[in-house]
Amino acid sequence: MKIHEYQAKALLREFGVPVPAGDVATTPAEARAVASRLGGRVVVKAQVHAGGRGKAGGIKVADDAAAAERVAKQILGMKLKTPQTPPDGILVRSVLVEEGSAVDRELYLSITLDRARATHVVLASLAGGMDIEEVAARTPERIFREWAHPALGIQDFQARRLAYGLGLAGEPFKQTVGLIRSLFALYLAHDCSLVEINPLVVTKDGRVLALDAKLNFDDNALMRRKEIAALRDVNEEDPLDVEASKYGLNYIKLDGNVGCMVNGAGLAMATMDIVKLAGGEPANFLDVGGGASPEQIENAFRILSSDPSVKAVFINVFGGILRCDRLAAGVIAAVQKLGLRLPVVVRMEGTNVEEGRRMLAESGLALTNADDMGDGAKKAVALARG
Amino acid sequence: MSILVDRTTRVLVQGITGREGAFHAARCREYGTIVVGGVTPGKGGGTTHEGFPVWNTVAEAVASEGATCALIFVPPTAAADAIMEAAAAEIPLIVCITEGIPVADMVRAKHYLAGTKSRLIGPNCPGVITPDQAKIGIMPGHIHKAGPVGVVSRSGTLTYEVVGQLSGRGIGQSTCVGIGGDPVNGTSFVDLLRLFNDDPETRAIMMIGEIGGTAEEEAAAFIKAKVDKPVVAFICGQTAPPGRRMGHAGAIIAGGRGTAAEKMRALEDAGATLVRSPADMGATMAKVIGR
Repeated sequence: MKIHEYQAKALLREFGVPVPAGDVATTPAEARAVASRLGGRVVVKAQVHAGGRGKAGGIKVADDAAAAERVAKQILGMKLKTPQTPPDGILVRSVLVEEGSAVDRELYLSITLDRARATHVVLASLAGGMDIEEVAARTPERIFREWAHPALGIQDFQARRLAYGLGLAGEPFKQTVGLIRSLFALYLAHDCSLVEINPLVVTKDGRVLALDAKLNFDDNALMRRKEIAALRDVNEEDPLDVEASKYGLNYIKLDGNVGCMVNGAGLAMATMDIVKLAGGEPANFLDVGGGASPEQIENAFRILSSDPSVKAVFINVFGGILRCDRLAAGVIAAVQKLGLRLPVVVRMEGTNVEEGRRMLAESGLALTNADDMGDGAKKAVALARG
Repeated sequence: MSILVDRTTRVLVQGITGREGAFHAARCREYGTIVVGGVTPGKGGGTTHEGFPVWNTVAEAVASEGATCALIFVPPTAAADAIMEAAAAEIPLIVCITEGIPVADMVRAKHYLAGTKSRLIGPNCPGVITPDQAKIGIMPGHIHKAGPVGVVSRSGTLTYEVVGQLSGRGIGQSTCVGIGGDPVNGTSFVDLLRLFNDDPETRAIMMIGEIGGTAEEEAAAFIKAKVDKPVVAFICGQTAPPGRRMGHAGAIIAGGRGTAAEKMRALEDAGATLVRSPADMGATMAKVIGR
């Protein structure tokens, strides 16, 4: 799960990580009020769950409160388009108004999981403000890594090594060592999957500040992090994704026209692949899960067919815990309620398959049967073409 | 022969009084697996649940029944603890089915396991089956058939799909192992490739990978260096968009890394036979082993 920058900075403050003074605003008047409280030059930053805001016109400097109100008016309500947003952009609903900082140096810090080593890793880079993947590819010598002990975490000597790597000395060195420890504590305490401070800045007066902050959280841990789960902003997500998550369905909207309904993540990905190999484009990833109930199947079918770009539905199920008869019951209930607006290809195999096939045949619904997943993909792609 | 489990394996089910635990303990027993009972803290001690004896601790169960395998259905936030409890009781094989364990918990559990004699399969996996001998997991037993192909996969239902394709062609399996779809898991592709390569009754290996991480690339390096049996591989997620978690916590293309194309290239370079379409997994294996 992602959160906004202003929410991330509030969490950083709680953990004693210095961030610029500022506050969130949802109207130009509020932005003005925040700016006049801060006094002097401020930065107005669009709050959306995507990077690349600056180049897209989502971050602007204002010299006084009146200017802050003007730029907030420009940013609020705009559809911000960056390489990380959907093609038609994200609507900006709030801005963060912050005091301006006189920056001396821009650095980079992040904490995430290193899958290959099965532990957390802290990364520091001399190239602040730049995309870390790009730095890693072009100038790997500018990146420093320290792996946390899986049980004991990051030690002071490791934080010192990172701070030395960043070329720091004196007061900024001391502050950075403390900041790394605080960030790591935050990362663990809230089950983060990513903490990224880009840039981490040293100001002209020698203070170290998190100028930007990105926090992502482990979705699997949200049930024990209620205060984090409460920070979710569903406005930033695709409405169909949000609807699907209400029913415990794993749904991701894509660009094609063949709707896919599958049990299990691996088979769901393989189904998308085979649709593509058959010359079509999948409209979505949808995993109804191992033990889906007829109600979940029904909701999955409804969500799939409410996507206007879907021209045909391909149901591909290998019954294990999810028995084919329960799948059939869910599909029949959904079609009876919603009508059969689209061609539907059903391929099922596994537990109680005969019973499931019999139920579908006896339902009298005009469904297309497939012998195997290759056959199903071909038929669905042909039907989607019309 | 087979790997990891056979008809002598004695299974203890952790979380046996839960809906999933009770249901699957019974299905495993029906298949012929020796299920010695289960553990649910607070509900055990001279009690039974659907015909299975229940203990409060794994250590008590092991002392009483000599379990050699733990099968875990404990809910996500308690599952890492269950894994460590099984390891502390020196159970050699731990199979964790639970989906949705927080990553930080698995980092600690994996570290804990490193100091023990236990091997972990999973989490977030369908389990392990040696056809006609022992089913330790949630897979539908009836689709399997004993034979010469070792199957190892990160996915559940996609494993059933490949097993269905193999059995449908009369090709049986020595052992099928789901290693799970999480970013931090117990046993890797490499570990299992080594076991299958050393198993005299496994003639060929079917490997199912997916996007995310570098486990398939590590497997490719191992295949190149050490595996002398034919390997047939399929990687799912060829059409997955970057930056989105495709159901499995581990299935995500991050920072341009972990793509299906990279993994397929690495495996092909290592001498594995790559399957492009998931409909052709069984047919490709048939060709490779001359059936």
